[in-house]
Amino acid sequence: MQLCQLTVHQLMDLLKSRDTSAFEVAQSYARRIGEVEDQVKAFITRTEDLALEQARFCDEKGVFSGLFGVPYGLKDIFCTRGVRTTAGSRILENFVPAYDATAAQALKDAGGCLLGKLNMDEFAMGSSTESSAFFPTRNPWDLERVPGGSSGGSAAAVAALEVPYALGTDTGGSIRQPASFCGIVGLKPTYGRVSRWGVIAYASSLDQVGVFSRDVRDCALVMNVIAGHDPLDSTSVDMERPDYTEFLQTDIKGIKIAFPREYFQEGVEAGIRSAVKAALKQYEELGAIVEEVSLPYSEYALPAYYLVATAEASANLARYDGVRYGLRDFSADNVVDMFSLSRARGFGDEVKRRIMLGTYALSSGYYDAYYLKALKVRRLINEDFTRVFEDYDVIVAPTTPTTAFKIGEQIGDPLTLYMNDILTVPVNMAGLPGMSIPCGMVGGLPVGMQLIAKPFDEGSIFRAAYAFEQHTEFHKMQPQLGVK
Amino acid sequence: MPDFETVIGLEVHVELKTRSKIFCSCANSFGGEPNTNVCPVCSGFPGMLPVLNQQAVEYAIMTGLALNCEIAEFSKFDRKNYFYPDLPKAYQISQYDLPICLSGYLDIELPGQARKRIGITRAHMEEDAGKLVHQGDITSTPFSLVDLNRSGVPLLEIVSEPDMRSAQEARAYLEKLRSILLFVGVSDCKMQEGSLRCDANVSVRPLGQAEFGTRAEIKNLNSFRALEKAIEYEARRQVEAIEDGETIIQETRTWDDDKQVTRSMRSKEDAHDYRYFPEPDLPPLRIAREWVARVKESLPELPDQAQQRLVEEYGLPSYDAGLITLSPEYLAFFDQCLAGYNQPKVIANWMMGELNRLLNQNNMEITQSRIKAHQLVQMLQLLDEGAISGKMAKSIFEEMFFTGKDAAEIVKEKGLAQISDQDALKPMIEQIVKENPKVVQDYKNGKEKAFGFFIGQIMRITKGQANPALVNQLLKEILNQQ
Repeated sequence: MQLCQLTVHQLMDLLKSRDTSAFEVAQSYARRIGEVEDQVKAFITRTEDLALEQARFCDEKGVFSGLFGVPYGLKDIFCTRGVRTTAGSRILENFVPAYDATAAQALKDAGGCLLGKLNMDEFAMGSSTESSAFFPTRNPWDLERVPGGSSGGSAAAVAALEVPYALGTDTGGSIRQPASFCGIVGLKPTYGRVSRWGVIAYASSLDQVGVFSRDVRDCALVMNVIAGHDPLDSTSVDMERPDYTEFLQTDIKGIKIAFPREYFQEGVEAGIRSAVKAALKQYEELGAIVEEVSLPYSEYALPAYYLVATAEASANLARYDGVRYGLRDFSADNVVDMFSLSRARGFGDEVKRRIMLGTYALSSGYYDAYYLKALKVRRLINEDFTRVFEDYDVIVAPTTPTTAFKIGEQIGDPLTLYMNDILTVPVNMAGLPGMSIPCGMVGGLPVGMQLIAKPFDEGSIFRAAYAFEQHTEFHKMQPQLGVK
Repeated sequence: MPDFETVIGLEVHVELKTRSKIFCSCANSFGGEPNTNVCPVCSGFPGMLPVLNQQAVEYAIMTGLALNCEIAEFSKFDRKNYFYPDLPKAYQISQYDLPICLSGYLDIELPGQARKRIGITRAHMEEDAGKLVHQGDITSTPFSLVDLNRSGVPLLEIVSEPDMRSAQEARAYLEKLRSILLFVGVSDCKMQEGSLRCDANVSVRPLGQAEFGTRAEIKNLNSFRALEKAIEYEARRQVEAIEDGETIIQETRTWDDDKQVTRSMRSKEDAHDYRYFPEPDLPPLRIAREWVARVKESLPELPDQAQQRLVEEYGLPSYDAGLITLSPEYLAFFDQCLAGYNQPKVIANWMMGELNRLLNQNNMEITQSRIKAHQLVQMLQLLDEGAISGKMAKSIFEEMFFTGKDAAEIVKEKGLAQISDQDALKPMIEQIVKENPKVVQDYKNGKEKAFGFFIGQIMRITKGQANPALVNQLLKEILNQQ
């Protein structure tokens, strides 16, 4: 068994017992990246040398706690000091930040070793990583298929054993959907739980930083490092961070699980429905109370999401104007043309589409009908969930309506592509924590199950997810990649 | 043709002098080297987030209270979207529909007129943009440079009701607003440096008509004088246009201070759609009533209170008291003088007369003049003692104003002391009388001019320094002895 096949907590144990060194671990991952990256194409920027250097430093320091000496990867949306950060866009192709995102800094301070910056849909707009300005990432389970998105590089890298864990961001499903497609654990924490400072914004009221890992314990360990209040992010919440590993209990007797009927309808592939239903049965066998509920406003979440998210994006992406950094078109002879040409060249089709949508939704005369209406829908969705959480601890649903689709299959049809997020978007609209964990295989492709809890109750999710994991083998499945 | 009435409302932007900027920790200071007070936040770098400066909020509350506004319990920030190279995020964080201060007022006073109340619609917080530096004119410059030192400086935009009816009222409003801001201590209010900026909405309507005319918004008003001149010009232009049968269009115009005209910048059709929406990076602002009460408690004396004090305690005319309370430094000068010289009206006269004249002539603030209150007191004492004449006092005052020297020192240096010494004057007068027997005869014959001749001669010899009252008395005595 190679080191790169181990989980974070297994690596930590080996490091603690001095059975390996941080350098050896980093080397193992660097080797693995060298072997499979040509097929997976998860990285926009590889920093194995940096990881090895950080690992050597960790070994010299001789600290053996937390994530010290454990390598990781970051979605290329996290600003990293001195390391190019592109957000998957031409417009930031050569942008090197002078600062680390708070979450990235936390991992650095904890002794993490950065293996590289991971591919993503441009500015996190997409569900397949095909809108990356550079190249699509492949699903390690089937290289013809997408890894999901927008954090597809992060999910694929974790699944392909190129990194033990990675950070991503989730605005409408961008962690949970690729985690589901790649058969790993993906957590989107409560909005406000992890700092967004230094994370390139897509839709500020929905974006949240989260974790990709190979099992639930690893996810808790990483959350213990990145969660918490950040005075630099006014939307991060000033409340104490629990030790998430304390929720990793196998006994879930008496917990109340709701499954919303709206999430098990026609649009969701039968194989996925039955996999999640089987998981619910498993929960019942473990002593949980499982009941059907209704979340009637969920069906409006997707259109409302595409108004709120694009409206915010239209403002968030306005700063890429070629004046201070990023791509600038020098052929223009006045400033307005410089703005237009720089943005026309720097942004891809999907980004332009969403900027236009959002600009339209906020325009004078349309604001009330679109943006304001969407905010009202958002409140109703929130109330839906609040009502359910009065009686239940966790909501369980499929993460995605389909398993991973083929590269090129949906990219020409934005509306079909947007449907990928239909089961994940309501969670963002309500600001809730949601996790996807593997719960089955359909046609050789992983199926994800989504666990949702009330705000700041990641603990209940960890508890339910861990119990399921301990009684099943799905998290141990690994894709077989040809090794050079 | 009917007579027309001018209707004016003002939008005033004032920079709050907090130590740091409104959303980051950069220094808020004027005049540094370009792009030295900047950071990734105020330069709009990717992933950067705003953190609201509490001091800026407190300054806004202070201002709102001083302007008799309601302080909102619930307020929020919004994004105002537009592209311009000096706006790093391509949106300005501002407040759209829930500003921090609502519905206040201030009172103005013009000479010979009753006090008038001008309504204040709202005051909201926002961030300032940076500055563009052009080579020559904006239309011909080969390139423009961006200086972001000012980007993120906290601003309060104070919007008045359209309650003013003349350029003079508008000026009085702006002066009063400025004095309130200065008393509260939230801004330097320097129009030249841009820490106080003013746009005027101007329309005209036939006298007696209830509805407003179509307004023009006038920008680039960099002084009180420009404000007055621009409003006068614009009102005249609109009246003439209407009289010529034209329709006034809603537009933005700019004041050309060289040509003394307003020029069209853009019409309403070209106006931006700012696409305001709630700023998702900042939670709504909830302002505890206890905070407002605490701020109210700590407000310093305001211009109206000081004016009242001057009227009631010292019997100054209300208008004079209003002028003395135009700035806290000016009032402090008065109060300091008063501490050493118990004649408020005399002090007020000197301040409103000579001091004001010199300040206006030289376009100076009182803080820029070198004269100190105790020096004016000393001069007034010399005047009372008869050591200097009223005429001398004026020139001594001017010297003190520019040099900061004491009155006594100037008197000594220039030999300006009044000759009030009988022993010195008497022989001088006797000599002149002796030398002019014919004129003495004229005097005895009742010719008034003769007396004046002797006075003139004495003043000539003493270079005007002889104490006139004493000369008068001595001359009479000597002539009567002849």
